[in-house]
Amino acid sequence: MADMIKVGMADLNICHSPDVITTLGLGSCVGVVLYDKGRKIAGMVHVMLPDSTKVRQNQNKAKFADTGIDLLIEMLQKEGAVKSALTAKIAGGAQMFAFNSNNDMLRVGERNVEAVKTKLNSIGIRILAEDTGLNYGRTVEFYPETGDFVIKAVGKPVKTI
Amino acid sequence: MQEKDEMDKDIEFDVLTEIGNIGAGNATTALSKLINTRIDMHVPKVELLGFSELAEIVGGAETLVAGILLSLEGDIDGMMLFVLESSAAHLLVDQLMGCQTTGNTEGFSDMEQSALMEIGNIIAGAYLSSISTLTNMLVTSSVPYLAVDMAGAILSVPAIEFGKLGDKALLIESQFKDLDVDISGYFILIPTLESYRRILTSLGL
Repeated sequence: MADMIKVGMADLNICHSPDVITTLGLGSCVGVVLYDKGRKIAGMVHVMLPDSTKVRQNQNKAKFADTGIDLLIEMLQKEGAVKSALTAKIAGGAQMFAFNSNNDMLRVGERNVEAVKTKLNSIGIRILAEDTGLNYGRTVEFYPETGDFVIKAVGKPVKTI
Repeated sequence: MQEKDEMDKDIEFDVLTEIGNIGAGNATTALSKLINTRIDMHVPKVELLGFSELAEIVGGAETLVAGILLSLEGDIDGMMLFVLESSAAHLLVDQLMGCQTTGNTEGFSDMEQSALMEIGNIIAGAYLSSISTLTNMLVTSSVPYLAVDMAGAILSVPAIEFGKLGDKALLIESQFKDLDVDISGYFILIPTLESYRRILTSLGL
């Protein structure tokens, strides 16, 4: 029986096939999955903020795009994954409220997605698929067995990327 | 140094708790007038929660909720969020519009959405004016914005703001009792870092 491993807000975890890794109700946060296909190991980090260097309280590494992804790679390597084999799938980064003000607080979803992409790009990890932006929450599940990233949203059909 | 920091944190928490209490009390009175029904309010619970617990309080990250968000301007920048479980939001809307409870648990019509935003507007206004009086600061708010979605997704908006300050979020849970139905509403006030300091300074801390 495969287990469902839950990743909370500002949290991260590792998952071996046949287990499944999930995070519930992603809003403006971004769920980043890194996957070693050959070894069927995946890790997920639930990123809340783009940049750890802009925040004084930055002890929780999983909270930020930059340090969260670094920490996830470290953990994956400890579990036997190979860094050069890793690919990424990402989801989330929605703008939950339809503000048209230029209040920076509300564009954080977009900024999270940008920061994740910049970080992955800088360490040479390719993004295979993404479902980001727009204005709704997502529950995501990743299956290391197949590499499927399943995305569920309220009142929308289930999507696999 | 460590000890002093701890003590300062305790005092700050007490202050925010008190602001929450007063705000929620006024907001409930306003709500009661709006739907023309007597509403009893339980003493609000103010909690400092870890991010993972935040969504659990409202019934889990995937619970369908209505969130009404207002951005704050004036002496305090930031935002305020009022969260209601979707079923509770339907109850309130039905009361306000004077229709029978339809038992409808699906989405909200345009009319119902604008009623919800108005509810949000009025109670947030009451909440903010009490803060304004208490701190002697001018606080105005934007028009209300509504989102109906999973609790985790809606709460990610304030959680991210709190995330800049630390690893906890301040949640004020106020339970109303309207006739025989319990309605739980949650207020979350998120001042920006600078405004937060300004609030504390205005209170002599």
